[in-house]
Amino acid sequence: MAILVDNGTRLLVQGITGREGAFHTGRMLQSGTKVVAGVTPGKGGQDYEGVPIFDTVEDAVRETGANASVIFVPPPFAADAIFESLDAGLSTICCITEGIPVHDMMRVTNYLGTKDATLIGPNCPGVLSPEKANVSIMPKDIFMPGNVGVVSRSGTLTYQIVNELTQREIGQSTAVGIGGDPIIGTDFIEILSKFEADPETECAVMIGEIGGNAEQLAAEYVKSEMNIPVVAYIAGFTAPEGKTMGHAGAIVSGGESTAEAKSEALREAGIRAATNPSEVAELVSEALGRG
Amino acid sequence: MDLYEYQGKELLRHYDLETLPGIVAGTPEEAGRAAETLGGTVAIKAQVLTGGRGKAGGIKVVDSPREAEEAAGQILGMDIRGHTVGRVYVEHGEKIDREFYLSITVDRTAKRPLILFSTEGGVEIEEVAETNPEAIVRLHVDPLLGLLPYQVREITFSAGLEGDVAKGVGTVLSHLYKAFEGLDASLVELNPLVVTGEGRVLTLDAKVTVDDSSLYRHEDIAGMHDVEAADPQEERAQEVGLQYVKLDGDVGILGNGAGLVMSTLDVVAQAGGEPANFCDVGGGADAEQISTALDIVTSNEQVKSVLFNIFGGITRGDEVARGLLSAIERTGITLPIVVRLDGTNAEEGRRILAENTPENVVTEETMLDAASRAVELARDGGR
Repeated sequence: MAILVDNGTRLLVQGITGREGAFHTGRMLQSGTKVVAGVTPGKGGQDYEGVPIFDTVEDAVRETGANASVIFVPPPFAADAIFESLDAGLSTICCITEGIPVHDMMRVTNYLGTKDATLIGPNCPGVLSPEKANVSIMPKDIFMPGNVGVVSRSGTLTYQIVNELTQREIGQSTAVGIGGDPIIGTDFIEILSKFEADPETECAVMIGEIGGNAEQLAAEYVKSEMNIPVVAYIAGFTAPEGKTMGHAGAIVSGGESTAEAKSEALREAGIRAATNPSEVAELVSEALGRG
Repeated sequence: MDLYEYQGKELLRHYDLETLPGIVAGTPEEAGRAAETLGGTVAIKAQVLTGGRGKAGGIKVVDSPREAEEAAGQILGMDIRGHTVGRVYVEHGEKIDREFYLSITVDRTAKRPLILFSTEGGVEIEEVAETNPEAIVRLHVDPLLGLLPYQVREITFSAGLEGDVAKGVGTVLSHLYKAFEGLDASLVELNPLVVTGEGRVLTLDAKVTVDDSSLYRHEDIAGMHDVEAADPQEERAQEVGLQYVKLDGDVGILGNGAGLVMSTLDVVAQAGGEPANFCDVGGGADAEQISTALDIVTSNEQVKSVLFNIFGGITRGDEVARGLLSAIERTGITLPIVVRLDGTNAEEGRRILAENTPENVVTEETMLDAASRAVELARDGGR
C-alpha cells in the first residue's frame, strides 16, 4: 500500500499545455503514472503526448474517469482551478502553484471542509508513491519503494533527504510535500495519521521549517496517537525575525514560530530530531533497527 | 508587504474608517508648514516599518509650527530598531477619552481570519495577553460567509461596551473587515482605536500588512513600496523574481527551494561559518536567472566564498550548470565557488561543469562537505 496516490490513481493535469505542466506531464507519464486527461480551457479536443485535453474538469472526469488532479495553473487562476476540481468530485487534488493569495486559500480551505476530498499544497512538489504513481514534480530516480513515509513543507529538502535514504537502501512508501504557504490544504497531522494507518509504512519522516506552529501540533499528535517511529528535521535556525525565507509561510514572527521552539517541542514529545538533513537517514536507519 | 502608518490610513479611509487629518513630511520645514495648515496642537509621528517608536522618542506632541519643525528635526534621521526615519506624519491633535485595540489577522492553524479586540488599547497586545488575558475578545470568521452582524454584536457585548461606543466600535469593525478582505491584508491593526472627547470612535494608529502574493491585483499598493528604505540587493533580487535576504556573514549562499536553502544556511553555521545571505533561485530557474542570482550574491562586499547547492526538481541541472558558467564568464567572478549539484538532469549538469570548470570552481559530492569547504575558503580570505 501507499497513501493518497497508487496504482488506482487516474490523473488529470490542470494546465497541461503550460511550460511546467507540459514538462512534468511528460515526466509523470515516464514514471508510468496513468495520466488520463488534461484540462486547458479553449484547447478541448486537442491532445498532449497522447493525453486527451478537455475544456473543463467536469468533461474530463465524465469522459476519462479521472479521480485525482494535479494543478499547474498560474496563481491568479489557481484557486478557481481547485474549486473546479472540488466541484467535479475529485478526491485527491494536488496544487503545485506557488504564489496564490492567502485570502483565496482561506476561501478554498474553508470550502474544502465541506467536501470529502484531500487537497495537497499549494506551493508544494506533490505526492509520489515509488513505482506506483507520481503526482508530482519530484525527480523519480532518487526514490525506491519501501516502508518510510515522508511528509515535508519543502520540496528540495525532501529530495535531499529521500536521496540519502535511498543511498542507504531505505525505500519509501509515499513522499508528500504539503507545501510552504501559510494556508495549505493538508497539515502534517493528517498525513502522519495516514502513515500510521498504512500497513506498509513502518517509519515516518517529518520535515518542518520556521513559521506557524504546525510542527508543535504534530509533535503532540505523534506523542499521543502514533505507534510507528517518527524522525524529524527542522530548517531555519539561522533565519532572522520578520523576514520571509523564500516560502511565503516561512517567517519568524514571535516565539513559537522559531526553529528552536519547534525542535524543543519535538524533543519534549520524544521524537528523534536530526540536526542536519544527512542525520535524518541515520536516525531512520536506527529507528528501523538497521543501525 | 508592510505599510507605513500614513499609507495604511490612506487605504483604510477608502473603507470609511475615520482618521484624524494629517500630512506627510520629509523635512523639518515641510513639517512646520504641515502644522500651520492643520492648526493647533499636532502630533509629529516617525514613519517606520517597526513597532516601539513611541518608547524610542519617535512621537512628539507640539503646539506650534515652530515646535513642529524642531520636533521633526529631531525625529527625522533617528534610528528606531535598525530603521532610519525618512518621513514623519504630522497629525491633528485630539482629546482622547478611551483607547481600544482592534485587529484582524490570518490564523494559519484555523485557516480563518481572527479578530482580536481589547478595551486595553495603546499597549502591545502580547503584553495584554500576558497580564490580563480576559481583557481580549477573540472571534474567528468564516471567509466564505464574511463577518456577520451577530458576530459584531458578540464582540462588542463580550467586551462590555455600551450605547454609542458599542455602536461606533461595531461600525469600525464591519468596515475594517471589508478593508481586510478588499486589501488582501494579512494584518490590519488599529492600536489604539480611540474614543474622542466628543464620543467619536476613530483610528489613531494603523498597521497594515498586505499579502505579497496578492500584489498583482493591487497595483496601487505595490506602488507604495519604499524603494529607498530597502536593501539595494534585496530590491534588485525582487525585481527579477528571486528570493533574497541579506544577512551578516561572509559565505554567500545560492540554492533552489526555500527549505534546502534554509537548511544550507544552518549547515554552514554548524560548520563554523556565517551565511552572508539567503538566496532561493526558485523552481524552473533558467541560465539567465541563475546568473543574475550569482551576480546579486557576490555584489555583497562581505562575501568571501560562495556555496552553490542545487538539488533539481523543477530546476534542471543542465540549466544550472550553464547558468553558473555564463555568470562566471559574464561577471568575471574570481571568488571561490563551491558547487554541489544533484537531482533532475544533474548528471548532464555535472558533465557540462567538468568539461568547462574554471579555476575558482570546486565541486563537492555532499551538502555537508560542500558547506565545510565553503566555510574553509571564506576563512582563507576569498577575494
